[in-house]
Amino acid sequence: MEEFKPDRTINIKGLICPYTFVKSKLAIEEMGVGEVLEIILDYPEASRSIPKSMEDHGHKVLKVEKINDTDWVILVRKEHD
Amino acid sequence: MDFTEEQIQRYSRHIILPEVGGKGQKKILNARVLLVGAGGLGCPVGYYLAAAGVGTLGIVDSDTIELSNLQRQIAHNTERVGMNKAESAKLTFEALNPDVKVIPIKERLNKDNIMDIIKDYDIVVDGSDNFPTRYLVNDACVLTGKPLVSGAILRFEGQVTTILPGEGHCYRCLFEEPPPPGLVPSCQEAGVLGALPGVIGGLQAMEVLKLIIEKGEPLKNTLLIYDALSAQFRRVKIPKNKNCPVCGENPTITELQDYEADYCQMRF
Ligand SMILES: [Zn+2]
Repeated sequence: MEEFKPDRTINIKGLICPYTFVKSKLAIEEMGVGEVLEIILDYPEASRSIPKSMEDHGHKVLKVEKINDTDWVILVRKEHD
Repeated sequence: MDFTEEQIQRYSRHIILPEVGGKGQKKILNARVLLVGAGGLGCPVGYYLAAAGVGTLGIVDSDTIELSNLQRQIAHNTERVGMNKAESAKLTFEALNPDVKVIPIKERLNKDNIMDIIKDYDIVVDGSDNFPTRYLVNDACVLTGKPLVSGAILRFEGQVTTILPGEGHCYRCLFEEPPPPGLVPSCQEAGVLGALPGVIGGLQAMEVLKLIIEKGEPLKNTLLIYDALSAQFRRVKIPKNKNCPVCGENPTITELQDYEADYCQMRF
């Protein structure tokens, strides 16, 4: 599997919806097209809603992975401004 | 400018919209909007614009609050009867959202002060209740190229239109001159059911926000008419009139003029 190196990482552990997505969206807005955002979170619902919302916004979800008992990591590539 | 944590929470329902986002919210926070009138229309327009985070709201109104206003002018309240309406609106809107700076302008607009007042704003909202002001604001916006979101209400009917000078129609494209005073409805006919300005003012606020975030289709060359009793909306096309005295090819109005306000002086 191809490895993607994130250009920026945000840790939103402790946040619940909708602030998980609000923070992720604000972060990706400030990035350049083609750059990859890494999101670390622990709110289970957001592990499903953030990928869906990012795709609704037209970005590419590269990875959603549970990395330990509590946390997920999501990689999203910015596809447009 | 970065958002504070409070701002991220306050505007989260905006930020998650693809059409707004953090970028759109920053445009809203940087916007400067002038409200002409803090009455039936100005109250809901200002309320929603303040809630949305419009950074600077100028409010022009020289009138004081009367008990008969409170059936529809929702930014004011019973304790404030006798207070200037622009001052009252400032108290209400700044309490709703501390991000908003409200500038009360306790004057009556005329040809000598309007240019100096509107120069500081990006968008003008007309919620005035009389034809002299309506024509004066139209002419000033056309001459300075400022977008104008105009609303009007009477009894059970309301109208909204968005004037983008140079791009679309203006108020005079439709009616070149104010109606003679005799044709203006008499005071007895000037009733209005209290929620009507909420509908029309809400539409005006929406038009303003769309202009700020540069999304959607403004009501350009279009008059949207709401009939409350039948609960119907109609759209009427208003083509730009090449013979319009202010925005036409050979304008005859090149400087502002005042119309005498000898219409009904009864206060509601
Ligand atoms: Zn015109």
